[in-house]
Amino acid sequence: MQRYIFLRIIQAILALLVISAIVFALARVTGDPVAILLPEDASPKVVEQVRAKWGLDQPIYVQYARYIGNFVQGDFGQAWAYGGVPISELIIRRLPNTIYLASFAWVVSAAIALPIGVLVAVKKDSPFDWAGKVVALLGQSAPSFAIGLLLMWVFAVILGWLPTSGNDAGFKSVLLPGMALGYYNVAAVMRLTRSSMLEVLDTEYVKLARIKGMPERKVIWKHCFRNALIVPFTYMGLIGAVLLTGSVVIETVFVWPGLGDLAIDAIRNRDFPVIQSVVILFATFYIFINLFVDVAYAYLNPRIRYN
Amino acid sequence: MTTPVAAQSIPEPASLRERGTLGKVLDTVRRVPIIPLVILLVLLVIPAIFADVIAPHDPVRVSLTNRLAPPVWLEGGSTEYLLGTDRQGFDILSRIIHGARISLAISLLAIGLGGGVGTVLGLLAAYRGGWVDTVIMRIVDIKLAFPSILLALVLVAVMGPGFQTVVLVIALLLWARFARMVRGEALSIKEQDFIARAQVAGASPLRIMARHIFPNVFNTVVVLATLEIGHVIILESTLSFLGAGLVKPTPAWGLMVADGRTLIVTAWWLFFFPTMAIVLTVLAMNLLGDWLRDRLDPKLRNV
Repeated sequence: MQRYIFLRIIQAILALLVISAIVFALARVTGDPVAILLPEDASPKVVEQVRAKWGLDQPIYVQYARYIGNFVQGDFGQAWAYGGVPISELIIRRLPNTIYLASFAWVVSAAIALPIGVLVAVKKDSPFDWAGKVVALLGQSAPSFAIGLLLMWVFAVILGWLPTSGNDAGFKSVLLPGMALGYYNVAAVMRLTRSSMLEVLDTEYVKLARIKGMPERKVIWKHCFRNALIVPFTYMGLIGAVLLTGSVVIETVFVWPGLGDLAIDAIRNRDFPVIQSVVILFATFYIFINLFVDVAYAYLNPRIRYN
Repeated sequence: MTTPVAAQSIPEPASLRERGTLGKVLDTVRRVPIIPLVILLVLLVIPAIFADVIAPHDPVRVSLTNRLAPPVWLEGGSTEYLLGTDRQGFDILSRIIHGARISLAISLLAIGLGGGVGTVLGLLAAYRGGWVDTVIMRIVDIKLAFPSILLALVLVAVMGPGFQTVVLVIALLLWARFARMVRGEALSIKEQDFIARAQVAGASPLRIMARHIFPNVFNTVVVLATLEIGHVIILESTLSFLGAGLVKPTPAWGLMVADGRTLIVTAWWLFFFPTMAIVLTVLAMNLLGDWLRDRLDPKLRNV
């Protein structure tokens, strides 16, 4: 077990180094950043000064090593746009919004998907089951911006219950983006819960519990649900990572001032230090959530401890 | 001559009974997912091929006098612009029709490229084994550990938006799954007798991969490619929606949605019709892919 965890941590760090190196290199191949920073007719002296100021006169591996060193300490460099403010400031201002949105979406998808997954498993082949399948199929087929816009249109524009965008209306403003972000996962978690419940419902101990005359509600929630929970629960962990990156799209749809919005803005301005930092930060979350889930899963389910 | 009673009382299974032409047609209808096929033909294939003929207007001709005309059934709508017009006076219906061509072209090119590269690498990894296998599979792992939308955004930021970028980026996102799947299949085929015999008969590695292993993984590749089309349409429209895909005034569905998003309060038809085009096309494609998978390659069920 310890060996497995150790190997997974090494693996995660390696993946992160490779990814950050790729992103760093990609950001450089677009050409000399100085050309983007300065007007074309800048004097060679000014160019030299700017180069030195941003550390661009060093070989690329030195730049990379320095960047990673600073990154680990929470110093992400300065943005080219936004008047050269420190990127860490931009990120600290926006990260809470993204985390708030993603956690809301996470709670929503768990609160909706788990009970419905159980319901459609218990009522297999009933109209509930069919409705569940339709919801799941739609979740697979609609891009998240489509779900977001349709929700916005119905609940904000036509019914006028909720604000169309931004996050200045308190709890009301997180509802639509949260649902839009959580929707895809509702479908996935529901399917997983259903199949996992069906498996458990078919076991001998559940049959025994029923033969004993245990009330059906107790059979389902006490005996089945707890055992069926392992798979969807691990998946819910993975979803944390998916939700964070999925927020890039939803934040754009709802003009939600988070990290995804910042990333898209930076891409429009070709502000590479910001793109680089946000992407590497997202990748870090993504990889470490995956790592955490893998370890938790190995702990919960000893059968998968390979290697 | 008497027939035994038992034999008489057992009804023949339906499939063995004599069927007329009508029966055969009905059978086919039942076995082929007719509704998704029709949706796909109407929304994607026919418009993509005949866009120039069936589109009532030029999709990129600015007509400022007809800006923001509502669909025909609303007050102020005209039969000239069945689904209304957008801010530049572009006809929405014509743009959706031409958008089908863009979506289909990008899907085919990106899947052709990504699927092709992935298949070749998968075959190579399985057949060669050793360090080739290790290197290819490590790259696959890294690719799969990277959140795709972010990778796509970085690449677009580097290469600049446009048709070729979108095709390349999507191909880069796709190849890893093909490589992994093909490798898995090819590994078990490699161990079979006919491969050893081909080797003994002196077939070159290239010939063995192309003529002996590839035909056996072909079904898997086709099914995966079909299942990925819906995924590609989602990716392409998402990138365009984010302003990191195709550029205006290309009639791409994602771009149209992005354009309509800002006017959702006053002119809902701008975002609604292209959104529905995307959702219905992907839905139909997924249904068709599921059906194809069950027919050709049930192993893929849990993919």
